[in-house]
Amino acid sequence: MSDSETAVTPEQDMFSGPDLAGHFGRYGGVFVGETLMAAVEELDQVYRKLSKDPEFWQEYDRDMKHYVGRPSPLYLAERLTAKYGGAKIILKREDLNHTGAHKINNTIGQALLAKFMGKPRIIAETGAGQHGVASATVAARLGLECHVYMGADDVKRQAANVYRMKLLGANVIPVTSGSRTLKDALNEALRDWATNVDSTYYIIGTVAGPHPYPMLVRDFQAIIGREARAQSLEEYGKLPDALVACVGGGSNAIGLFHPFLRDAEVAMYGVEAGGDGVDTGRHAAPLSAGKPGVLHGNRTYVMSDDRGQIVETHSVSAGLDYPGVGPEHSWLKDIKRVNYVSVTDTEALDAFRELTRMEGIIPALESAHAIAYACKLAATMTPEQTIVINLSGRGDKDIHTVADIDGITI
Amino acid sequence: MSRIKSCIAAAQAAGRKALIPYIVAGDPDHETTVALMHQLVRDGADIIELGMPFSDPSSDGAIIQLGAERALRNGAGLDTVFSVVSQFRQQDDSTPVVLMGYLNPVEIMGYPAFVEQAAEAGADGLLLVDLPVSAAESLLALTQPRDIDVIFLVAPTTTDRRIAAICEHSSGYLYYVSLKGVTGAAISDTGEIAGRVAGLRAQTELPIMVGFGIKDNASALAMAAVSDGVIVGSALVQKIGELSDTDSREASLIADKTALIAAIRQALDSKPA
Repeated sequence: MSDSETAVTPEQDMFSGPDLAGHFGRYGGVFVGETLMAAVEELDQVYRKLSKDPEFWQEYDRDMKHYVGRPSPLYLAERLTAKYGGAKIILKREDLNHTGAHKINNTIGQALLAKFMGKPRIIAETGAGQHGVASATVAARLGLECHVYMGADDVKRQAANVYRMKLLGANVIPVTSGSRTLKDALNEALRDWATNVDSTYYIIGTVAGPHPYPMLVRDFQAIIGREARAQSLEEYGKLPDALVACVGGGSNAIGLFHPFLRDAEVAMYGVEAGGDGVDTGRHAAPLSAGKPGVLHGNRTYVMSDDRGQIVETHSVSAGLDYPGVGPEHSWLKDIKRVNYVSVTDTEALDAFRELTRMEGIIPALESAHAIAYACKLAATMTPEQTIVINLSGRGDKDIHTVADIDGITI
Repeated sequence: MSRIKSCIAAAQAAGRKALIPYIVAGDPDHETTVALMHQLVRDGADIIELGMPFSDPSSDGAIIQLGAERALRNGAGLDTVFSVVSQFRQQDDSTPVVLMGYLNPVEIMGYPAFVEQAAEAGADGLLLVDLPVSAAESLLALTQPRDIDVIFLVAPTTTDRRIAAICEHSSGYLYYVSLKGVTGAAISDTGEIAGRVAGLRAQTELPIMVGFGIKDNASALAMAAVSDGVIVGSALVQKIGELSDTDSREASLIADKTALIAAIRQALDSKPA
């Protein structure tokens, strides 16, 4: 065997996953009912072909620039930095994207796949409603029928986003089964897909689900990290010392982290929803307190009881209220490339208020988890160092939740 | 020869179509599940599919999800499943029992412990809805020495390449899914199903059972006409759901809930195969 054959190329190291069957180490794969297997395999073939086509990415880049408004700024939060007295706190402003969150990066990409596959009907699941809005948005733009599954409890706590989806022409279907949150919306979307598999493209909103979703959603979100990398080098003349992002399913986090995985000097922190505290059992932190299992099409860390039943999660943030996590995160945890930590509801709410009052930016409650952890982290670092936080979405959708907690009726 | 093989061979020799009811273990409770299984055998069931309740049954419709939720509320788990089977076996050593469910509880228990306990309880087959044949290698390595049949689904969407792999690794029977959708939906095109089952016949000698959407004599007769037997789940689980409204577990009440299986048996047998 020649040297060139034995050498580990960048395409074959521990960050090059998934393999052809969709595995990141022992995680990922395809675990769905037989009815969906052909659809999942077809999507894999289509994506493998299109993702090698420069014209596909040119169209994606055009949409990113002219429709989404990218690149999103990298903003130095000076007052927050001064308060914590350590590393520079820098925000990757995904909240400034069209529709107000990183979710649109993925739905634009998957809409291109749906268009190529000739599917007239889009379905999506949503938790906080950001992915539902982003799906309804691309469906409106392409003139596609759109149905969004949303847990009945989330429909209540995210009423503004529900109305936005309806304005965009989507049909929002409240899901009353199970725990009435994001995981149940995913179950219902999978059922719809199996029923309408010929006509329907399922836009999964995070880096979970069966292969190829964890791969393709990551690829569409990795624009966040590619931009942050270039912006960091240009503005600060170096790579960030740390990256911080919240992790529910984990799409904004993997989007930021992925282009930096091979930069060993860049530390990474994925912040899960600690709810009332990981030690109370009332949380949504499978990487911190779960174990490997199989949920929604992939093998990954899952919050299940000792009998293998999925347990109910708790988080003030609907978008993080999910008992599973993308399989690539499970892999990155096991190989210790990313540190997975958690912050509580209270810490996230404090960060929500602090960023709003000190920087004039209202963050999504999801993103507020990342802010909360990054501020603690910054205080342990030096002023020469930088932390880039993925400010994954804006908080307009959450003002009712926060007002409720304050006892105020809007 | 496994219980499933000899059971189906006997039915075929007698010119009978197989009748396979599905119920959820622990719905409404452990003891009643055992009673229901015995009643189903009296009603003419050839094989029983015993659902292993799971919190997130994404290939099932609302009726079976509710059945699973009833069982879970009563504390059912895999331990319930095994104990139901071994209790059933105390009085019935011949009716095959197929465990049907989702992968996560099995993963959490661990494959070796699961297969060992299933075999010791007296289960004969295993069907894990979200475990495709391509990912089943390590499980098959454990089930084969214990003579447990692993049954896979074939759907209307299954490609020829996948059918070949499924036939190669299946034993017991093939479960043909009659429709695109979830359990409990309505069958629309009997002709298409006949064509697909005929196509499967050319690729395997395994018996072919049809399930999803079989809810009464008419649908059972239509599907039995093109296959070796039928699986009835949601329609039965719906009836069993009514048991949650009462504390009575009288034999006549149990028999009332499974009466549709007795009726289907009669319809299948009065129609020449």
